[in-house]
Amino acid sequence: MASLIAILDLKGKPLIQRSYRDDVQPSCIERFLPLVLDIEEEGQQVTPCFSSQGINYLHIRHSNLYLLALSKQNSDAAEIIVFLHRLTQVLIEYFKELEEESIRDNFVIIYELMDEMMDFGYPQTTESKILQEYITQESHKLEVQARPPMAVTNAVSWRTEGIRYRKNEVFLDVIESVNLLVNSNGNVVRSEILGAVKMKCYLSGMPELRLGLNDKVMFESTGRTSRGKSIEMEDVKFHQCVRLSRFESDRTISFIPPDGEFELMSYRLSTPVKPLIWVEASVESHRGSRVEYVVKCKAQFKRRSTANNVEIWVPVPDDADSPKFRATTGSVQYAPDKSAFVWKMKQLGGGRDYIMRAHFGLPSVRSESEPPTRAPLTVKFEIPYFTVSGIQVRYLKIVEKSGYQALPWVRYITQNGDDYSLRTAVEKGNPPPVMQP
Amino acid sequence: MSIRAPRKGENYELSVDLNSEYRDKRKDAIKRVIASMTVGKDVSGLFPDVLKNMQTEDLEQKKLVYLYLMNYAKTQPELVILAVNTFVKDSEDPNPLVRALAIRTMGCLRAERIIDYLCDPLNRALRDENPYVRKTAALCVAKLYDLKSSLVIDNGFLSRLHEMIADSNPMVVANTVAALTDIHKIASTAHPPVPSSDPAIFNITPHILNKILIALNECTEWGRVAVLNALSRYTTQDEKESEHICERVVPQFQHANGSVVLAAVKVIMIHMRGIRREDFTKQLVRKMAPPLVTLLSSPPEVQWVALRNVNLLLQKRPDLLSNEMRVFFCKYNDPLYVKVEKLDIMVRLANDNNVDALLSELKEYASEVDVDFVRKSIKAIGQTAISIESSAERCVNVLLDLIGTRVSYVVQEAVVVMKDIFRKYPSTYEGVIPTLCANLEELDEPEAKASLIWIIGEYAEKIDNADELLGTFVDTFTEESYQVQLQTLTAVVKLFLKKPDSSQGIVQRVLDTATKDCDSPDVRDRAYIYWRLLSTDPGAAKAVVLAHRPPISIPRTTVSPALLEELLGEISSLASVYHKPAETFIGHGRIGADAVQRKGTELSDDHAFAQKAFRTVVAGQQAENLLDFDEAPAQEEPSGLAATRILPSTPATASFLSGTSANPLDDLVSIFGGMSASSAHAGAGANRPGFDGVSIGEGALGGLGGTTSPPPGGASFGPGVDALGSPNAGHGPQEDLLGLF
Repeated sequence: MASLIAILDLKGKPLIQRSYRDDVQPSCIERFLPLVLDIEEEGQQVTPCFSSQGINYLHIRHSNLYLLALSKQNSDAAEIIVFLHRLTQVLIEYFKELEEESIRDNFVIIYELMDEMMDFGYPQTTESKILQEYITQESHKLEVQARPPMAVTNAVSWRTEGIRYRKNEVFLDVIESVNLLVNSNGNVVRSEILGAVKMKCYLSGMPELRLGLNDKVMFESTGRTSRGKSIEMEDVKFHQCVRLSRFESDRTISFIPPDGEFELMSYRLSTPVKPLIWVEASVESHRGSRVEYVVKCKAQFKRRSTANNVEIWVPVPDDADSPKFRATTGSVQYAPDKSAFVWKMKQLGGGRDYIMRAHFGLPSVRSESEPPTRAPLTVKFEIPYFTVSGIQVRYLKIVEKSGYQALPWVRYITQNGDDYSLRTAVEKGNPPPVMQP
Repeated sequence: MSIRAPRKGENYELSVDLNSEYRDKRKDAIKRVIASMTVGKDVSGLFPDVLKNMQTEDLEQKKLVYLYLMNYAKTQPELVILAVNTFVKDSEDPNPLVRALAIRTMGCLRAERIIDYLCDPLNRALRDENPYVRKTAALCVAKLYDLKSSLVIDNGFLSRLHEMIADSNPMVVANTVAALTDIHKIASTAHPPVPSSDPAIFNITPHILNKILIALNECTEWGRVAVLNALSRYTTQDEKESEHICERVVPQFQHANGSVVLAAVKVIMIHMRGIRREDFTKQLVRKMAPPLVTLLSSPPEVQWVALRNVNLLLQKRPDLLSNEMRVFFCKYNDPLYVKVEKLDIMVRLANDNNVDALLSELKEYASEVDVDFVRKSIKAIGQTAISIESSAERCVNVLLDLIGTRVSYVVQEAVVVMKDIFRKYPSTYEGVIPTLCANLEELDEPEAKASLIWIIGEYAEKIDNADELLGTFVDTFTEESYQVQLQTLTAVVKLFLKKPDSSQGIVQRVLDTATKDCDSPDVRDRAYIYWRLLSTDPGAAKAVVLAHRPPISIPRTTVSPALLEELLGEISSLASVYHKPAETFIGHGRIGADAVQRKGTELSDDHAFAQKAFRTVVAGQQAENLLDFDEAPAQEEPSGLAATRILPSTPATASFLSGTSANPLDDLVSIFGGMSASSAHAGAGANRPGFDGVSIGEGALGGLGGTTSPPPGGASFGPGVDALGSPNAGHGPQEDLLGLF
């Protein structure tokens, strides 16, 4: 459990804080940043949890803020760290952005939220949709006093009763993010598919939903033969509305959904994935004068699919200047702040390949000791109407006691994950700079 | 009354507004007061004025006043009493939100004066019809217990809590369990300890077990964490019950909240101990792997907590993630603290099949920008070479490639790592020595220099220009760090013993410099010992200096088995994240020496992986060896060197204990360092880390330098030596070691 939670700016000054237990003095907050600096000075890494003089400091970073929890006991570190992330999410949903200014402007409501989300150091309600029902920015406009929604303590703590829609609809988005790493010899070193099923639920009453996927384990356990492909999900995570014991026993995904938008489930597959978009660059570096890039990109998916908003990021030396680009398609920009240039293509058809050339000047003097940086190429893209894994929604059954008909809409999309990188920039010409013996 | 604010200034204006006849103005003033409080201004003087605004229909305003009260109740205890009436009234409000708010806030006021008034409302709230109020009241009992435990017991709140475990609402059950656990923790650590029959001790009975197992599937994510934590404390009656609990907990692996997953892992790890059925255990372990891997897609801080725990889990169950090494490959943008943990886990998971992929990754990391990470990656290559024999040659080739880059810190780290490989596989990779020596001049870090010097000394007979190479270090002897001096000294003596004809001069020179111009007692002592050895009996010197050293290896665990079990029972807690028992960091953050010994763990865990590794290994494997090589010199050496009382504060001890300044590897590579390290841990019962080894040096000092008080002559020789004050026939090695002098 946490004794105190505070949000600090980068100088370590608390913007807002809430004490939950008496055993930690609020003055300890001010010790946080000096401690961090001390650790850095000693050449150690600052880890998310550390202890000093009997106080444990657990923190996360969000843009220009530290969210800090203090504890004097052997607390559950995972619980506190996850809670801090949840607090961040809730505040973002309330204020769109979480930064110094939004905290200063909304301190009253943040106090209210902190009071509601944690009691005596134990996390309570962290569902922002439920919180928004009784902690609102316009409370003074309400005629009647807010009451705790049933949902706060209900067995179904994520949905209130009495929701009405004229048109009952459900939108399902199956989004797969591909993470992969290609080595300089062109082999895929690591690849994984992170899938998520996101729902937008506009349904009246307390509907019971059942989702059917082409899940291999379920097909096998029920002895049904699958028509077409079935997939084997390595690990599945569900929103708390899904009955886990039911899934464990017969792989049925049954639930009463929250209202509106939410992520129903996420899954992971580590089946090997062929790079959907292949990129390689050859680099010709003439030390002290210029560096030239030839970047080739190839869409390695079926012709009937198209990738949208493709961005290929190619790292360049920090001190490169006067860029010149020539591309067969799309546009190229230099992003000096990221030490890279980006080749953007609105659309990239399956099976197509393109080429682009870049030319940079290099300063004639360069420090000898600095080793060459070797950041990988990274790619961003979206491929609609397509999933790499082949996952399919087979049915979504919606049962509500009033017996209305509701239509599910399903969309599929595949995109890059947070790490789609290729180490395929090959140096040509001059050997890489070496330190003179 | 308290001190009133002066009749001007901000606080005065606020006080005027707080007493305004207009509601909006008053509310606005309260907000400004809270704003001042938030930025740290003292607004406690406004207490009475704020208090007047407590009774209001406006919920937001009420919350603000309550917040103010929580902050300043301690500074104005005599005024808090004025708020009691409103609190009591609010606790009977028709709106459950207000009732709960009143109970929650009263519990947080922590002022002695109003506690007594809290009991009646709390009693009502515990029986409230609204579950939101009940769940708030449950935690309030824990707050009250923390403040004044007698009130809780006298009012029967504890038995009420026990009834509430059967509450129909899962959230109430979860908070009740959290409250009871909290009270249990306070009671069980109380002084004097309470008897186990005390009502505050939360014994989970099979009946309670059933109740909370039902609640587990229904309550919110945080409630699940509380329930799972309680489950981890339950002592099962038989194997069947353990299996039952595991079966019920396994579905929680699918929860989206990482802390629920880790709490479930903890419960499984604990109750798996009670299960003997192999296939069932295997099945549990198999189900544990995917959710742990998925945690790696969480935000970096959560990943880090997960990785630290995975590290522990792997020490207990190395098969857990045997096919998953690739998922631990570092992403280019991972924060450094995540990368470092991943490296450690990758090396743990390395085996014959995946070592090639690992090495090519490690080589890639070695060309990244962050120096610290690069060094750790190179270290990892060394660890791989040592733990997987078949990969050693490939590791050496990778290291040679890295040395070829001629990036200074890469070369230096690679040299240090090469030394470890020479230790593990003596006389196997002599071919690389010329390459290493070619980089001699580029080395400027003491550890790298010391490593290379050790290699030169070790293979002096095979390096033609060894005397020349060592000569450069002898020339600059006094300017080098002690670490390098010690190594130079030893290496030159080795050279002399191997090639006596050509190196008479250099050994004379180094001994002369070391004994005359050197200000480190350790270096001086070592030089005197060598000198005496060489002058009295070169045969004995050979036996000591060129003695066979046992090969090193990397142990599978970084903590003692007992501590590992303890930490596995606390998965996801801070203790499991730090890899330290809780008592080392709670309380005052200090710990007595006896406690350390009880745990049998390291004093500092500054990621001194290799350090720990070598100590443990040498401890285990060398005992016999030490005995052997003692024999000869012990018989021939006259008792000229007298043992003295040890001085536990010599620099060597200090550095050894702190484990930070000196690298034990360097100590290890020399024979004396090796002995000190080994004797430190030889026989877990010895319990005198560091001292034993040091006493050697001191003994020499006493005999040769004559700087310490002379000991009683007869007591200086043989196994009975009481330099340690602990003659114990059970621990042969150290005593024989001492007997040497």
